[in-house]
Amino acid sequence: MPLLDIPAYTDELAKNREFLRSVFQSMLKARILENKLSSLYKAGKIVGGVYLGKGQEAVSATLGASLIQGTDFFAPLIRDQAGRTAFGEPIIDCTRTYLGSVQGPMRGRDGNIHRGRIDLGMPAMISHLGSQISFVAGMLFAKRMQGTLNGRVGATCIGDGASSTGAFHEGLNLAAVEKLPLVLVIANNQFAYSTPTHRQFACADLVERARGYGVGGFSVDGTDLLACASVIPAAVRRAREGGGPQLVVAHMLRLTGHGEHDDGGYVPQELRKGHYGRDCVEVAMRQLVEHGVASVDEILGWQDSLADEVQRAVAQAQQEETPDPYSDDWSALATRFPLPCTEETQIRAQP
Amino acid sequence: MTVTYIDAIHAAMDHLLRNDPRVFLYGQDIATFGGAFKATKGLAEEHPGRVFDSPISEDAMLGMAAGAAVEGMRPVIEMQFADFSSLAFNQIVNQAATHYYRTGVPVPLTVRLPSGGAAGSGPFHSQSMEGIYAQYPGLIVLTPASVSDAYHMLIDGVQLDDPVIFCEHKFLYRWLKAKSLNGDHLPIGKARIVRTGKHATVVTYSAMVHEAVRAADRLQKDGWEIEVVDLRSVKPLDIDTVLASVARTGRMLAVGEAFPWGGVTAELIARVTEDGFHLLDAPPVRLNSRDTPIPYHPKLWRAHRPTPESICHALNKLLRF
Repeated sequence: MPLLDIPAYTDELAKNREFLRSVFQSMLKARILENKLSSLYKAGKIVGGVYLGKGQEAVSATLGASLIQGTDFFAPLIRDQAGRTAFGEPIIDCTRTYLGSVQGPMRGRDGNIHRGRIDLGMPAMISHLGSQISFVAGMLFAKRMQGTLNGRVGATCIGDGASSTGAFHEGLNLAAVEKLPLVLVIANNQFAYSTPTHRQFACADLVERARGYGVGGFSVDGTDLLACASVIPAAVRRAREGGGPQLVVAHMLRLTGHGEHDDGGYVPQELRKGHYGRDCVEVAMRQLVEHGVASVDEILGWQDSLADEVQRAVAQAQQEETPDPYSDDWSALATRFPLPCTEETQIRAQP
Repeated sequence: MTVTYIDAIHAAMDHLLRNDPRVFLYGQDIATFGGAFKATKGLAEEHPGRVFDSPISEDAMLGMAAGAAVEGMRPVIEMQFADFSSLAFNQIVNQAATHYYRTGVPVPLTVRLPSGGAAGSGPFHSQSMEGIYAQYPGLIVLTPASVSDAYHMLIDGVQLDDPVIFCEHKFLYRWLKAKSLNGDHLPIGKARIVRTGKHATVVTYSAMVHEAVRAADRLQKDGWEIEVVDLRSVKPLDIDTVLASVARTGRMLAVGEAFPWGGVTAELIARVTEDGFHLLDAPPVRLNSRDTPIPYHPKLWRAHRPTPESICHALNKLLRF
């Protein structure tokens, strides 16, 4: 069995018009939203950090669009605005969280990319990288025990840096041992904050690890929407059909700093000018037009209407209340103590 | 018929598996083998598909449990030794403990920690972690000292909607026996006065309750009446019962098996000093293990943790202040 099962890149894909159009719209929406978030950050309107997925939209959106909201689980990481959008997260959740609205899913208790909605199958990430892998495995494990796993998958994303954590190893290994339908996408964007990949790992391609874990492995050019749309749904399908965990390694360059506080000055010019330095949104636009999937006018039209939608979501969140420290219940526990005495105890307490 | 402390833990898990379809057990060597201490002996056969051997991956075990918990299950995780929960620390304190506050979705999981020392166990199989977990918001930390509490508090703890750290003392596993599992079944969060007295109060929990009672028995021969309070849960901390006892005796000694820097005993001193300063006839005193890793050799180990002798010594100083 070959290590890498990369489905042939075919023109068939271009015929899958609706999927590509929907993925691209999520990419575009995320890009427009993130540009807006960057402006808000620079204008001092956002408390805390802003982390953008510029350059990773093709991978993220393809993954999100390959999942079924209401059935599947999706645990995004910090550069997955496009995947969240494609999976079905309302963008008001994003603007509310960034702007601290009490109506957002985190109610001001956590911010920016740490938002999540368990009711939508989308866990809220913690900052400790690799931690969501076993968490998603647990969500799937629960469904298996409840007898409702069939046809369901769970996906999560990490970067090249998180592949060096113990949590990555333990989580992927556990998912493999339990044969869970988990799809783990590594966005190898060449830098973990400022650390280049050669200081992070010593193998040629992280996908080589797939064999060691006994999971499926896929490697894909993350700047190429058609390649992503060929490989990622295939990995998801294989997990869905009982093939166990699947590891997808996507290659690209992060086209932004680690966060908006970082200018990424450590990224060498030759990388920026190289193949992975190309902007996946521009590449996708050309691909869609070339293959007749969408016209330039259509794309410009989408751009306008998505910009409006983003503007409305920002304006809405800006009008909303921020949290009130005097009315917060300040309780980290769902249990309210003191607990009542049991009937048995009360009887004994009688004189 | 007698039941031991570990029998009670086994019976509680059997009861939970029998009565709550959301409960499953996950841990190293716990299925066919029945666990390093045999706490799950026979449960895999009795409850097929509910008891699982895990890989040696403490971090992933807890991440997995948190994910399963938010999807409606009640995982009970066995750490082979409390000491190894340091490898799951991140998933416990950052993933599970923060989740309800951040998202409003509770994470009802239970982590069983075989805790505390036994002679010859050494630095990495003897630790008491309750103070560390109690420091973090979002966790409930239980420290049963009796057979009945081990049974009822494990069952009650699993019913709570929050992550529960269940510290079960390895020394008590087979040493502590009772006639039955019955007891007063106090709710979680209530301390118990296990021995009444009027000259000083010893506040403690877990195996140290028994050492404190022995010390109190010895001092009785000299005419001292020592009250012993078993906290039962260190978080929540039933400070009302502690203050009421100190109001009667005017003197407090806090005893714990954990390392001395900070922790449960320091918290007790701080709270009693702050809220009950006017009740005190002497400065409150604390007694913990020594501030070194836990030694292997029995001669060193016995001198490392509080003993009836060292508790008597501390009480004598406190009583003569």
